[in-house]
Amino acid sequence: MPLAPTRSSTFPGAGEEVSSPDGLSGTVPRGIAVEVHDVTVAYQRKPVLWDVDVSIPTERLVAIIGPNGAGKTTLLKAILGLVPLASGDIRILGMPPRKARPFVAYVPQRESVDWDFPVSAMDVVLMGRYGRLGWFRRPGRKDREAAVAVLDQVGMADLAGRQISQLSGGQQQRVFLARALVQEARLYFMDEPFAGVDAATEKAIVLLLQRIRASGGTVVAVHHDLQTVPEYFDHVVMLNTRLVASGPTASAFSPENLHRTYGGRLTLLDQAMEAVRRSATPGASE
Amino acid sequence: MTPAVMAMHGWRIHALTGDDAWTIATAACAAVACAVLGCFLVLRRMSMLGDAISHAILPGIVAAFIITSSRGVLPMLVGATVVGVLTAVFSRAIHRWGRIPEDAALGVVFTSLFALGVMMIAWVPRDVDLDPGCVLYGLLEFVSLDRVVVLGVEVPRALTWLAGTLLVVVGVVWAGYKELKVVSFDPGLAASLGISVALVHYVFLGMVAATTVVSFEAVGSILVIVMLIAPAAAAHLLTDRLAAMIWISVALAVSSSVVGYVLALWVDTSAAGMISVVSGGQFAAAMLLAPRHGLVSKALGRAALAFRISREDVLGILYRWHERRGRGDPGAPPTTREISRAIGGAVLTQLAVRSLRSRGLAQSDSGGLRLTEDGLRAASGIVRSHRLWETFLAQRLGLPVDHLHEPSHRVEHFITEDLQRSLHRDLGTATDPHGSEIPRSASSSSSPSSSPSSSPASDPRPGGVG
Repeated sequence: MPLAPTRSSTFPGAGEEVSSPDGLSGTVPRGIAVEVHDVTVAYQRKPVLWDVDVSIPTERLVAIIGPNGAGKTTLLKAILGLVPLASGDIRILGMPPRKARPFVAYVPQRESVDWDFPVSAMDVVLMGRYGRLGWFRRPGRKDREAAVAVLDQVGMADLAGRQISQLSGGQQQRVFLARALVQEARLYFMDEPFAGVDAATEKAIVLLLQRIRASGGTVVAVHHDLQTVPEYFDHVVMLNTRLVASGPTASAFSPENLHRTYGGRLTLLDQAMEAVRRSATPGASE
Repeated sequence: MTPAVMAMHGWRIHALTGDDAWTIATAACAAVACAVLGCFLVLRRMSMLGDAISHAILPGIVAAFIITSSRGVLPMLVGATVVGVLTAVFSRAIHRWGRIPEDAALGVVFTSLFALGVMMIAWVPRDVDLDPGCVLYGLLEFVSLDRVVVLGVEVPRALTWLAGTLLVVVGVVWAGYKELKVVSFDPGLAASLGISVALVHYVFLGMVAATTVVSFEAVGSILVIVMLIAPAAAAHLLTDRLAAMIWISVALAVSSSVVGYVLALWVDTSAAGMISVVSGGQFAAAMLLAPRHGLVSKALGRAALAFRISREDVLGILYRWHERRGRGDPGAPPTTREISRAIGGAVLTQLAVRSLRSRGLAQSDSGGLRLTEDGLRAASGIVRSHRLWETFLAQRLGLPVDHLHEPSHRVEHFITEDLQRSLHRDLGTATDPHGSEIPRSASSSSSPSSSPSSSPASDPRPGGVG
């Protein structure tokens, strides 16, 4: 069923008691992970996101797609509270973003950090625990054990001691994912997790995302490769400064919506049409 | 050197007095505080900010001076810290609202503020001594003259301030180590974890400004700028861990203070200047000698590569002679001179030939050189890489036959066995575009004269492919 952008802020079903892995517990409504209500974001008075109104369901793998400059990363940052809103309101798991922080993990673009920074893969993963540690406390044995466990999960246990510039692009991305996993969050926001990674890492990441979904988590990822959208994601948010469409991939990822999102960019459209055709063929997507 | 100066050296160098020790301690305190903060400045690519702040604080100092008409450290500290943080705030605002690159914004702000400070000095009453020169060079030689009593010991007044500053810097960095680390590495993550990036940023800048102003009177702003950058930059070259980088920068700061001061006594020059020079020398040494990032180790790496390449080139030439001989060509084996003419670089060729002989890969044969069994095996790998690559360029990129050798000659040294296997699988041919046989992988074949089978399927030997 097509899920039209809703203006309603009432959640389906009553709140359900959910306890987060670190012992924090509260009434977290199931069903809607993120509610973005009439959000406008502007850089230097130029709107980057215009009146975006979208809700993202839980336990889904969600792709944010759109052309360059469509505001995909900005939407992610707005949800995380990293950029100020010119107007509008955002709720994460029914809470204001500030309160939802313990439930949220963020994987920035790989290019956003300096990989020559003198830290090991292990150090980077441990940074994922800093939020729950609070000011001034150092990571302890339990944090280290958790870090080793997630590094193992992403197949990087052997390289834990490597300085991060001596890792390949795919390995660096795995370290970033491990850092998000170690936060034991319910919501994972990822900015182009597949950018510049090798085929093996891409496969590993997809499996990881599916595992997150299976254990009740939600992933919201900025994604560029239209061809893999139907295969990897079950929900899409299509953005071009304004919201174009949002809903389950099966219905929202349609040629008309793609045309409205990407305009006349022919090569991209061709890719997309190909993807739509493949997703319509039984057995082509999982 | 005049006898008088020599005499002065003789008098000073043999007796480092208690005063000298106090002076060194004062310089070291300033150097260490700057080095610790400098590590984060360098890693955040904000090294220029130390320079900028140390100049921009001048109007703050002069304003404090005019308002309180005293040279007390505390008002200057407050005035300078306020202006120092304002420098960062202004330049960021100009960068954001004026759409000007961040470094240009910083340059505009700090030079303007420094100029304002120079102008304001003219308004200071004539009878008070405020010398712009001492802002730059400091008065390190005189710090031991102005003493206060602390816990019954007479110590230089400057040392009490600098030691206090050092304690604050070390305390804050130690307590907020993980916050500083994550904000420096990935501010986006830090913000998403609920760590206040702005708070960490401004506390840090405040410390840089405060350290700069407390240090400048004793050691001068040149030494402050050097200490904010050089030990940290050198330490960054020497290690891959943040904690180690901080410790190394501290060790470099202390040692340059001691060595620089003693050297300054010896050649009778400005102590702050000499300490800065020693620190710069430490950085130069790190740049040359650092184990992985140093120029020497990189040069050694390049030399080792050049040596390997010429060894492989010799192998390739000898292998082709064996091939010709296998086809019945009666030519004599190539001499070292002929080889070096073919591949260029007489010395390197000599060394390569000597190395191949001592490894038992090549031996003398009627005035020239021929390969041993082991040598043939090693050489076939090189030639295999060369011909596979030629085939790839011709088949897949459609390069003409006379354009294949040069690129393949360069690439052949970097093709691994894995790549050989997949090239072989993809190309599915046993001869290169010139019609020469592509040697099989080293594990399955040795002789260049053995005739190849045209398809993998008809290969009688097990494991002949891959």
